[in-house]
Amino acid sequence: MSDILVKIDGKEVEASEGMTVLGAAQSAGISIPTLCHHEKLEPFGGCRLCIVNVQVGDWSKHVVSCVYTVEENLVVSTRSEKIDQIRKMILELQLAHAPDSPQLLEFAEEYGAEKDRFEKEASFCIHCGLCVRYCDEVKKKNAVGFVDRGIRKEISFIPEIAAKECWGCKECFELCPTEALQAAYVLAESLIAATPSFKTEPEK
Amino acid sequence: MTQINSPAELEEFRQEILSRRGPDMPCLSICAGAGCMAFGAGEVIAAFNAEIEKQGLQADVDTKGTGCPGFCERGPVVVIYPDEICYLQVTPEDVPEIVSQTIRKKKVVDRLLYVDPNTGEKATYESDIPFYKNQKRNIISSNIKIDPKTIDDYLAIDGYSALAKVLSGMSPEEVVEEVKKSNIRGRGGGGFPAGRKWEGSRNAPDKTKYVIVNADEGDPGAFMDRALLEGNPHLILEGLIIGGYAIGAHEGYIYVRQEYPLAVENVNIAINQAEAYGFIGENILGSGFDFKVIVHKGAGAFVCGESTALMTALEGRAGEPRPKYIRSNIKGLWSKPSVLNNVETWANVPLIINKGADWFTQFGTEKSKGTKIFSLVGKIANTGLVEVPMGMTLRDIIYNIGGGIPGGKKFKAVQTGGPSGGCIPENLLDLEVGFDELTKAGSMMGSGGMIVMDEDTCMVDVARYFIDFLTDESCGKCVPCREGLRQMLKVLTNITEGNGKEGDIELLEELSEVAGDASLCALGTSAPNPFLSTVRYFRDEYEAHIKEKRCPALSCKELITYHIDPEKCVACMICFRKCPVDAIDGAKKKIHVIDQDICTKCSTCFEVCPSRFSAVQKISGAPVPPPISEEERTITRKSKAK
Repeated sequence: MSDILVKIDGKEVEASEGMTVLGAAQSAGISIPTLCHHEKLEPFGGCRLCIVNVQVGDWSKHVVSCVYTVEENLVVSTRSEKIDQIRKMILELQLAHAPDSPQLLEFAEEYGAEKDRFEKEASFCIHCGLCVRYCDEVKKKNAVGFVDRGIRKEISFIPEIAAKECWGCKECFELCPTEALQAAYVLAESLIAATPSFKTEPEK
Repeated sequence: MTQINSPAELEEFRQEILSRRGPDMPCLSICAGAGCMAFGAGEVIAAFNAEIEKQGLQADVDTKGTGCPGFCERGPVVVIYPDEICYLQVTPEDVPEIVSQTIRKKKVVDRLLYVDPNTGEKATYESDIPFYKNQKRNIISSNIKIDPKTIDDYLAIDGYSALAKVLSGMSPEEVVEEVKKSNIRGRGGGGFPAGRKWEGSRNAPDKTKYVIVNADEGDPGAFMDRALLEGNPHLILEGLIIGGYAIGAHEGYIYVRQEYPLAVENVNIAINQAEAYGFIGENILGSGFDFKVIVHKGAGAFVCGESTALMTALEGRAGEPRPKYIRSNIKGLWSKPSVLNNVETWANVPLIINKGADWFTQFGTEKSKGTKIFSLVGKIANTGLVEVPMGMTLRDIIYNIGGGIPGGKKFKAVQTGGPSGGCIPENLLDLEVGFDELTKAGSMMGSGGMIVMDEDTCMVDVARYFIDFLTDESCGKCVPCREGLRQMLKVLTNITEGNGKEGDIELLEELSEVAGDASLCALGTSAPNPFLSTVRYFRDEYEAHIKEKRCPALSCKELITYHIDPEKCVACMICFRKCPVDAIDGAKKKIHVIDQDICTKCSTCFEVCPSRFSAVQKISGAPVPPPISEEERTITRKSKAK
């Protein structure tokens, strides 16, 4: 594999072909914040928190580093006023859903994100897709998936699969950047809904 | 049907079709497009068939339901060939007269002709009607000449001759070169040069490649692609097959939204017929080139119009855009080089091949070549499809072709480019329509939607409407789009409901900037446009809503009140009777008064008050005048002015 030399925040970094900018940065000890990234999973590009600026020759643009692959003579900046502003907004938008997520709060401190900027909609889920993709790509079970789209999009366990697979696994619980209870709650919710004996009479 | 094995056989067959028809034989073309069908074109066609049989003219007249010629406002449209006499708003009752007079005696039925509302002049021929006269109808003019379910009709107007030309005398590279030379830019929205896209795929090393038609036309009010696919499906197929040959693809996909059942039906019929004649299949026209076409019905997601989401959906997965920074023409469908173009782009290909790139580039501006079809809708006299050379001004399109704003209202803005396009105000009406010009004005070409708005339209509410549409249609994968739009919708809704506050505009601007810079796909990056363009040109309307709680267009329900002007009310009892919640107090000879506590602002009183009185008013940003005293409410025959 041929080595590609890139410059990240002024530091020369040797990367191999096909490596992402995020991977190259991490290999050189340069930290870029992420929410939806996981080393065992295919890049998702959903949270957009790992956005950086890349420059080749005289053109430059903002890209998400978890997807963008390295190329010769690439110059990367991982922090700038613009990048920080985008990250701050992303965190503020997510904090409306998961105000107590330790991960989000830690980043919020770094980027000066206001926890209460947007009205709370405590759905907890921030749609990072880690549970969904882990169950698909690593466990190959597809017990949890996304349903619907747009602002109504949410995660849901498929009761028929979850009832068989999830009790002995629960590996996705600890992946959740909001809190493990979130996954447990969603799992329990779908199983209860699918189990007739758990159903209560609707209130009259 | 017989298989056609060579370009020579095709020409021979074409001559046979033409000789069977005879150039002077009358032909009744009745638009069977979606708009005219809704106006009753189906009954008109049936009436013609019955009448022609009754008068024993079956052998002398050809009758066909055709594709949409664009003048939807005046449907059902009937054109009688060879003279091209055009009748509008034809009903089944008109049919016997048309057959007896025009077909038998060659006499024109005057009352069915177009009358110019300004001059009162009548237009006998299609080409005399200003709506058509001011267009340049390179593509759409064929629609009215052919029955889309009959391949012979397409062959009669030179159909598949471009394919024959390509397969018998041009190398794939030459085809790519010709398309490049034409400078045609993608008609789906992005405006990327099609030739460069093709060349990229042609040069990609993979053996398997694909060509794809994007017929997922989802912009509200847009129906250009629908009309082409329904009205002239073979044109799209021919373009697609040529594209396949040029880049080296042997499979083509047509991704069509299932909300277009007639397009799905017609394109499937067209594929079967093209296969039977040998324009699709193995060894096409004896050239050794094989090609097949598969129709894929979309499941109703707007985002699948985004090319990478469309490809993901074709692969059988949820339609979400790909996050990768790699062009689809290098790694597209199933990671193979894939050329995806919009319906209208493909429709241009046979014309470019037949007439040459130089012919094509004579239309349009320096950077936007050719013609473009727009669907002209909203507050416009002539709703319909218009095809004009790029570079025509918005004013010419709206006034010369569209006939201006109906009802004596004032023009306010034109929204172009679909939900994530922008609104262009009156002082930019002389803007020449082109990809770069529209982008510079804060809007975009998009696929060609053009929604005209008059003075009664609230621009804040327009922004809210489109952002609302996009929050539903976003795939929901990336944060700046999904969450950014969610918050933008909340703020815009607050403003239109009178709950706007200082700083809202700045917050919207900040959210827009992040969505524009950081979203995954073009849906997200362009989603703030409805807000950005309206705040750019109509900032005063935003400020009136926020600071004065006033809607200048008198449109936002929460910000207006209805009031009956005692000076104008004649106590006619109409609004009193029509009010669905009995909020109006009044009696004969007693001036009516609206009880604001009961009023639901349904606007019924406003609409039913006769225009000669115009006593019901909308008030915004000011208190309702106090009610007049009971004595003053009694109308005694005032002998004022005497």
